[in-house]
Amino acid sequence: MAVLATIDSGSRAAARGWSDLAIRNAFILPTIGFLVVFNIFPLIYSLGFSFTEYRVSLNKPAEFIGIQNYVDLLADPAIWRSFSTTAQYVIVSVGGQMVVGFGLALLLNRPFKYKGLFTTLLLLPMMLSPAVVGLFWKLLYDPSWGPINYALGIGKFEWLGNRVNALFAVAITDIWMWSPFVMLLSLAGLSAIPKHLYEAAAIDRASWWYTFTRITLPLVSPLLLIALIFRTMEAFKAFDLPFIMSTASVETIAIKLYQMAFQGWDTGRASALAYIVLIVVLCITNIYVKYLNKVKER
Amino acid sequence: MRKSTMSILAGVGLMLTSSTSVLAQELTIFWAEWDPANYLQELVNEYEAETGVKVTVETTPWSDFQTKTFAELNAKGDAYDMVVGDSQWLGAASTGGHYVDLSSFITENGVDKSFVPATLQYYSQYDGKYWSIPLEGDANGWAYRKDWFEDPTEMANFKAKYGYDLAVPKNYKELTDIAEFFTRPAENKYGVALYTQTSYDAMAMGVEQTIFTWGGELGNYETGEVDGIINSPSNVQALEAYRKLYTFTPPSWTQAFFVENNQAFTEGLVAMAMNYFAFFPALANESTNPHAANTGYFANPPGPNGNQHAALGGQGISIISYSENQEEAMKFLQWFIRDDVQQKWADLGGYTCSAAVLNSEGFLNATPYNRAFADSMKIVKDFWAVPVFADMLFQMNDRLHPYITTGEGSAQATLDGLAEDWKKTLGN
Repeated sequence: MAVLATIDSGSRAAARGWSDLAIRNAFILPTIGFLVVFNIFPLIYSLGFSFTEYRVSLNKPAEFIGIQNYVDLLADPAIWRSFSTTAQYVIVSVGGQMVVGFGLALLLNRPFKYKGLFTTLLLLPMMLSPAVVGLFWKLLYDPSWGPINYALGIGKFEWLGNRVNALFAVAITDIWMWSPFVMLLSLAGLSAIPKHLYEAAAIDRASWWYTFTRITLPLVSPLLLIALIFRTMEAFKAFDLPFIMSTASVETIAIKLYQMAFQGWDTGRASALAYIVLIVVLCITNIYVKYLNKVKER
Repeated sequence: MRKSTMSILAGVGLMLTSSTSVLAQELTIFWAEWDPANYLQELVNEYEAETGVKVTVETTPWSDFQTKTFAELNAKGDAYDMVVGDSQWLGAASTGGHYVDLSSFITENGVDKSFVPATLQYYSQYDGKYWSIPLEGDANGWAYRKDWFEDPTEMANFKAKYGYDLAVPKNYKELTDIAEFFTRPAENKYGVALYTQTSYDAMAMGVEQTIFTWGGELGNYETGEVDGIINSPSNVQALEAYRKLYTFTPPSWTQAFFVENNQAFTEGLVAMAMNYFAFFPALANESTNPHAANTGYFANPPGPNGNQHAALGGQGISIISYSENQEEAMKFLQWFIRDDVQQKWADLGGYTCSAAVLNSEGFLNATPYNRAFADSMKIVKDFWAVPVFADMLFQMNDRLHPYITTGEGSAQATLDGLAEDWKKTLGN
C-alpha cells in the first residue's frame, strides 16, 4: 500500500528524520485504526453472528446455524410489517421534505430585506436535538391540551392514537425538522443557475411553468437528487422521532432492530436483520446514484 | 530520587492490589428511577453510619432499566455490586450466570421463614434455587376519587342507570359500569386510566391481571405450553373486557404508564386509575395530589367467576457475579434482612416482604393504601420468568396494543397470533 511505503533510506528526506510521508502516515493511521476498530471489525464480527444462534445475555457460545436467521426473518410477518411501516414513512416524510424544502428555496432565491435572517431562522429546526423535537411535538399533538388541535379547531383529534394518524404525525415532525436541509442544498443549486438563461427565456416570452420545467428543474436536479439520497437513507433508519413520539404505532425497522438487539438480546437475529437493512439501503442508494449519474451526464 | 520514586510506586501498587484496601469500601446498587429507590438510599445511609461502608443507589428510568442492566451484565461489568432486578429477569440472569446463588444465604439466615413465602417464590426463586432477597413487594391496584363516588347526585344518577349503589367495585362488571358512568368528554372527565405503554411491561401487566382475574393463564410455566391456554375462551373474554375499559380512558391514551396514570388522577381527569402500589405515595401526598384527601384505594376486583388476582410488581435484590465486593454485599444483605431494618424500610415507604412487619397493625394503618396492598399481595401472579421473557413481553405488547387501543382485529385473532409467536420463541 502506497500509504505504508517507506522512503529510500539513502534519500535526503530520510536524512532529515521525520519525512513528509511519515508525517502523512502518522496523521492518517490513527483514523484508519479508529475506522477499523469501530467500523470494519464490528461489521465483520456481526456478520459472523448473523449466521449463529446467539443470545449475549445467556453467556453460552454462539451456535452456527447457517442462513436460518435470514430465512426466519424474511418469513416473519412482523418484520414485513415494520418494513412496510418504514417504506410508508420514507415516502411521506421524504416526499414532504422535498416539496417543502424546494418550495422554501424557490421563495428565498431572490433578493429581499432580511433574507439572511429569514434563512437562518428557517435553518433552526435541523439544529435542534431530535429528542427535544420529538418530546415537544408530542406535547403539541396532545388531544386534550395541545395547541395544534386548538388552532385547527379539530376538537380531541388523536394524532398519535393509531397507526395511520401517528405515521403522518411523526412524518410531519420530520418534515418540519429536515426541510431546511433540502432547502439549503436546493438554494445552492438555484443560485448556481446562470441568470442569462432566465433572461433569454424572458425575451422569448417563456411562461413560468416552461422556465421552471426546462431551466430550473433540470439544472438543480443533481443537488435535489443528492438531498433525496441523503434524506432517504436517514428516513429509512428513522429511530429517534418514532421512538420518542409513538413506538407502538410507528414501529420502524430501526425500532424493531433495537428491540431485538438491546431488549430481547437476540444478538444473532439482530445481526442478520441489521445486514438485511444494510443491503436494502445499499440497493436503494445504488439506484439513486445511477440515476444521478445519468442526470449529470445530460 | 529514582529510589524514592520506585518506593512510592511500590507502595501504591501494594495498596491497590490489597484485598482489604485502605481506601474506604463502597457498594453500588442499581435500580429504576422511582420513589422506592429514594427511600432505599435513605435507608442505606444507616448502613454507612453503622459500618462505614458507603452505599450508593444508582438509578435509571424504568423504560431503560432492563436495557442498561443487561448491557452491564452482558459486558460482565463491575460498575454495580447489586441490582434490584425485576422478577421476570430471574431466568435470564441466573441462566446467564449474572447473579450469585443465594440459596445457602437464605436458608442459613432464616429468610425462608421470616419473609412471606409468596414473595420468595416470585421475587427470588428460579429453577429450584434462590437468586435474590425480596426487597420491594408490589402489586397492581387502583386509586379512585372518593368525592365523586360519594357525591349524592352522582350516586342517585348511577343507581337510576345501573340499578345498584355506586361504591368501590366488587367485580369487573361494576368497574366497567363505573368507568362508563364517569366518562363525559364534554366535561373533560373519563372513567379510568389504564396501562398501555409498550416500551417495557406496562401494557402486558395491565392485561395479564385481567386475564388472571378471568381465571385464565398465560401458559404452562413448567412445560412452556401456550396453545389453548393463552388463547383460551376465558382469555378472549378478558381481553375484550380490557378493550372495553380502554374506551373509557382519556383521548390518545396509547402510551401510559405510572407517570401518566398518576397525572390523569392528579389533574382530575379520571375517576379511577390503575397503578402499582409503589406509586401511590404520590397520590396520598397533598403537595403532589390536590385530591389526596379524596383519594381511596382498592385491590383489583374479582372477575365474573370470582377469581381475583393482581399483577405482581416489586423486585428482589441480587448480588452481581462480576462484583468485586461480593463479601461486603453479603454483609449488606445480612443487615438488610434484620427485623429492625425491615421495619425502618417500611416506615420510609418501602414495601417490606418481612412477614412480621407486613402483617402488623402498624404497617396496615401506616398509609391509606397499605391495607389494599396487603390484600393484593395475597393474590399476586406473575409473568413468565424464562430466559426469553423479554421477547415474549414485546411480542405480547406488539399483538395487544393495536387491538386494545384501536380495536384492530379481534381478541381471538390477537391471542391466536400471540400463541404462535410464543410457541416459536419457546421452541415448541
